[in-house]
Amino acid sequence: MLRLKSVHTYYGKIHALKGVSLHVNRGEIVTLIGANGAGKTTLLRTVSGLTPAARGNVDYNGQNITRMQAEEIVRCGISHVPEGRKLFATLSVRDNLEMGAFVRRDRGEVRGDLREFRRKFPILSERWHQMAGTLSGGEQQIVAITRALMARPELLILDEPSMGLSPVLVKEIFKIIRRLREEGTTILLIEQNARAALHAADRGYVLETGRIILQGTSQMLLEHNEVKRAYLGKGYREVWEE
Amino acid sequence: MRIWEPEYECMSRDELAQVQFERLQSTLNRVYRNVAFYRKQFNAINFEPGDMNDLSELEALPFTQSQDISDAYPYDLFAVPLREVVRVHSSSGATAKPIVVGYTRQDLRSWSQLVARVLTAGGVTADDVIQVTLNYGLLTGGLGIHYGAERIGASVLPTSVGRTDRQVKIMQDYRTTALVATPSYALVIADRMEKMGINPRTLSLKFALLAGEPWTEAMRKDMEERLYVKATDNYGLSEIMGPGVSGECLCQAGMHLNEDHFIAEVVDPATGERLEPGKVGELIITTITKEAFPLVRYRTGDRCSLDYSPCACGRTLARMGRVLGRTDEVLIIKGVNIVPSRVGDILEEVQGKRPAYQLLVEREKNLDKLTVLVEVSEDLFFDKMREQRALVDTLRKEVADGIGITPRMLLVEPGTIRREEETTPGVLDRRRFASQPYPDGGSCALGDPSYPASGLEGPQRKR
Repeated sequence: MLRLKSVHTYYGKIHALKGVSLHVNRGEIVTLIGANGAGKTTLLRTVSGLTPAARGNVDYNGQNITRMQAEEIVRCGISHVPEGRKLFATLSVRDNLEMGAFVRRDRGEVRGDLREFRRKFPILSERWHQMAGTLSGGEQQIVAITRALMARPELLILDEPSMGLSPVLVKEIFKIIRRLREEGTTILLIEQNARAALHAADRGYVLETGRIILQGTSQMLLEHNEVKRAYLGKGYREVWEE
Repeated sequence: MRIWEPEYECMSRDELAQVQFERLQSTLNRVYRNVAFYRKQFNAINFEPGDMNDLSELEALPFTQSQDISDAYPYDLFAVPLREVVRVHSSSGATAKPIVVGYTRQDLRSWSQLVARVLTAGGVTADDVIQVTLNYGLLTGGLGIHYGAERIGASVLPTSVGRTDRQVKIMQDYRTTALVATPSYALVIADRMEKMGINPRTLSLKFALLAGEPWTEAMRKDMEERLYVKATDNYGLSEIMGPGVSGECLCQAGMHLNEDHFIAEVVDPATGERLEPGKVGELIITTITKEAFPLVRYRTGDRCSLDYSPCACGRTLARMGRVLGRTDEVLIIKGVNIVPSRVGDILEEVQGKRPAYQLLVEREKNLDKLTVLVEVSEDLFFDKMREQRALVDTLRKEVADGIGITPRMLLVEPGTIRREEETTPGVLDRRRFASQPYPDGGSCALGDPSYPASGLEGPQRKR
């Protein structure tokens, strides 16, 4: 479904991705693992067209999307939930969600989807007219994911969905991620909490200073000594659980 | 027909190409970072793995030779620290220093998966009783097959090599259904059964999975008729992993190469140019999942061809044709690779100067026999019988230590071995499957073809 081949991306002057190749198959959850600054976020931004690649190829369903505008890429079926949610803080939950459907013309179905999401995530109804900025972190994350889903994506890109959330909420978010996959959404995910990400994902890639040095099934990576030492260490978990 | 990992073994060629590309790139990233040999090589040609755009660009990289592995003895080509290595295998005979290979825990997991694939392709299931007559030890054959068979859940009989009577008895009493052996040893077993008066029809044997040395369709037919089995061909080499590199399915139409773990090329051994599919040349393998001991474009020295057409079994993996022989002068005797000049090196070490010598390889009753003929000075024959004996013993022991199999030593008088070209050690391979290692026939000293096929060990008088 999604294929990257030797993608090079500059983040400002920094050569953030130095030839990254990976793929995501339909129906999979794939995660990227790496230290801060390894290039994970840049990679997601490259896929969704926010920071286009300087060299290399990004193919989506056989179509070359390397040079496409972010908006066109959304129309192709890729939605990006950015790090830190990036909601419109002064707009209501409802308005935020409607914004998510900006690429769609089927107003009737958009209304149907809104109803469906309110049923699925009751918290949305409770906060329906509230300004998004006043919501708790977990609630904001649900709004952000729902907003992305309003574009009816085939591929959902999640950048640190559990950031700043309490362990209980993190569990909740991962439950939602798994449910989305069961409903047919393909997911590309990055997470501070590599262990949780690998538990949710089918496969993972390990990114190190802009290069992929290892890939495999989640099971394989969870049992991999180098991965364990570098990314699944005890210290890491404590930072996240603070 | 069962397929162990259909998600990989039957993936579309297009998906496979992407998987290969990703794995190749991360392997190259790792070897560049962790292996000085490759870092130097890549730097020399200004190669950056991230700049590759296509699998075909692999061609730009230099080959890795068996000499490079020997030079790295023991651990210099390892791409992980030793504490990550949980198994070491080693083979000797082809190079001055043994080849040492390592496996991480993950490597062992992939290895057993891949062996499980080729065993499954050859008919083995969890219901089978599998007798492994390959060497258990430093060589990869026995343990490699063993873990794959356990992975499948078959009942494994780790009988290892030799003691044929016992092998036959075990096969009979323990109701072995699948036999893993070298082709020649499978025939030895068949011979022994005949001698013991055992009718193979009364056995439970169904499958024979054969590996370790070149063999022929005629041998397959012979084996299938005499043992009442379906016989399949397998290929592996320690440098790359061991068994599990490729294996035939029950269609018996070439060995499926596990391309999601190994990238295979066939090149012209003289020019190094890549050849089209179907053409016979030297097999080059790049490992793309191995962690402890990855190799880039390793020259296997084995001659074969690749077939990318789909197979009736449903696997999309390319098929390797039978190994037709070697591109170099390596001899495969009893499944062990031997470079003839290595024997010369050992003789030189013992005697202080390089004597004229010749290797005579024969197959008697399906068993390989190696005889080393060494020219010694004339006076030794007349005066020093005891010295002769001692010398024969020393030479035999030293050669056996160096190449991994024990030869018969034959001392001959000077001039007995005809030398037409001083630089090439003579080899006389009389086995019937033997491919011509010297196609032009005249480039090496074949010596007197009237050498006795069997003879006394020790000195022989010139007539």
